[in-house]
Amino acid sequence: MPFPLPPNPREPGHRTDVAVADRLAGAPSVPPPAAAAPALVSLSGVCRTVRNRRRGDVEILRGVDFQARAGQVTALLGPNGAGKTTTLTIAQGLDRPDAGTVELLGQDPWRAGSALRSQVGVMLQDGGLPPSATPARLLAHVASLYREPADMTTLTARLGIDEFAARDIRRLSGGQRQRVALAAALAGRPRVVFLDEPSAGLDPVSRQLVFDLIAELKQAGLAVVLTTHLLDDAERLADHVVLLHQGIVERAGTVAELTARSGPAPLSFTVSMPVGDAVLASVPAGLTVTEVGLSSETADAPGGCTYHVLGVSEPAHWAALANWWREAALMPTDVRLLHRTLEDVFLEVAP
Amino acid sequence: MNARSGTPQPAHAPQSPHAGASNARSLARRVLAQGRYETVTALRNGEQLLISLILPVMALFGVVWAGLLDRPDVNGVDVAVPGVLALAVLSSALTGQGIATGFDRRYGVLAYLSTTPLGPAGLILGKAVAVLSVLVLQVVVIGGAGLVLGWRPDPAGIPAAVLFFLTGAAAFTALGLLIAGTARPEATLALTNLLWVLLGAVGGVVFPLPESGWLAGLAVVLPSAALGDGLRAALGTGALDVGALLTLIVWAVLATAGALRWFKWR
Repeated sequence: MPFPLPPNPREPGHRTDVAVADRLAGAPSVPPPAAAAPALVSLSGVCRTVRNRRRGDVEILRGVDFQARAGQVTALLGPNGAGKTTTLTIAQGLDRPDAGTVELLGQDPWRAGSALRSQVGVMLQDGGLPPSATPARLLAHVASLYREPADMTTLTARLGIDEFAARDIRRLSGGQRQRVALAAALAGRPRVVFLDEPSAGLDPVSRQLVFDLIAELKQAGLAVVLTTHLLDDAERLADHVVLLHQGIVERAGTVAELTARSGPAPLSFTVSMPVGDAVLASVPAGLTVTEVGLSSETADAPGGCTYHVLGVSEPAHWAALANWWREAALMPTDVRLLHRTLEDVFLEVAP
Repeated sequence: MNARSGTPQPAHAPQSPHAGASNARSLARRVLAQGRYETVTALRNGEQLLISLILPVMALFGVVWAGLLDRPDVNGVDVAVPGVLALAVLSSALTGQGIATGFDRRYGVLAYLSTTPLGPAGLILGKAVAVLSVLVLQVVVIGGAGLVLGWRPDPAGIPAAVLFFLTGAAAFTALGLLIAGTARPEATLALTNLLWVLLGAVGGVVFPLPESGWLAGLAVVLPSAALGDGLRAALGTGALDVGALLTLIVWAVLATAGALRWFKWR
């Protein structure tokens, strides 16, 4: 969304993109590659046990390690109860780990003073918004707590908050509250921003707006750490994914690394008639063919019987498969390589 | 802020080694900002306004016009105004701040604000500023109403009265925070309102406890009675009730220690 306000070089807080990136990561000004970008958040061997009246001691985190780097979006994924919010809470300094080390901008966030807190933006899962305040009043107050606050007029316009800025927060929809909470998290122009479920409750337009903003924050050199239940969101936004399950990191890496982990993606082909058992028994060595089922014709796929082929990892496998089709007189009406998604990985980790 | 796109750019150059005084000024500025925000929030809230100002003023007029505290040698309004001022301390510090903090805790406001440069300590100090600001307003309104009704305080006791206001505000704010930080907000609402009614009516706040019998023992240990007695002594005769002050100090220390030990931010 374009904004007509020109940059004001005399404004004390004004910096250009180049200057910010230079200062955060050194030249060149573009966000640095993963290995070179400094880790602004670092957790190592973090454990947290809480006492539950009915269940006794419950281990929420059992040795969590991850790093979030400047100019990257790091997504914490996992099923309910995996420990995502507890991990964020400890990384923010709202809770103290029982074991392990936590560094936020090189300091222990639990003992941090205002100098560290002024460089960190937090959007809590439950928002942290007082229901009786209006967004305008709350955001003006939050901005007043920072020495160099963001231009809230531009930020609220960007997030579409102006249209409901004078309404009590208790009367706002979930998506509107999310946008207010995001604006509050960005009020201090942070270097690190923690977003707990930033897209929860957002309509598609608001979601796109928030995604665009997160992408720009990344470009500006911020370390963005977010949690989400929506794997599509993580696939779209995250440079680095940390998959938590039962309090430990089960997988971590880029989306491409995670989805490529378990060998090549399966191949799918569709034929107009089901393949007989005798033909299926003659599948070339090294390949596995399984029937997926009958399907009707759709806009982007013909109807018929669909099969998945596992084990196609080199050109010879393609040749063997084509030969098998020729010998069995099978003429596929559709052939495609299926890409593994984060959802596949997620279901492997937390079935 | 990138003015073209509306994306906030990171701020904050590394701090200079001589940032101490500047940090202290910044903390004071943030605490005052939080205090101002909470004060306006409290005064905009209908229930808070009712319990902080309207009910105490109604109590004052009721007690004076009904002559409930009149004695042959004492003008009833001289006893009633210090008692109602003590009731006002309970309203803003215990009930008002307790309920506000309990619901702020429920909605994650405390947790969120403690992640800002204000921090947990700044948040508590901001609440103290808010309590004192509302208290000043209460003194002006209730004291003004008392003067209209014929109240004539002893000017010599004003420093002692200020001491009791501050100690009482500390003790009851700490109690309010202790309840709000450990109980559910609905329980905090019920408990602080119940305490306000019970202590206000029979806790030695508006009506002095008898000087003999088992109720006299309560006057020694109850913070409400200590505050009521201390203000009545200061504004009635100009005297400093040291025993009452000690009782309030003990309550302030115990409640603060309890809040520090058990208060949960979320």
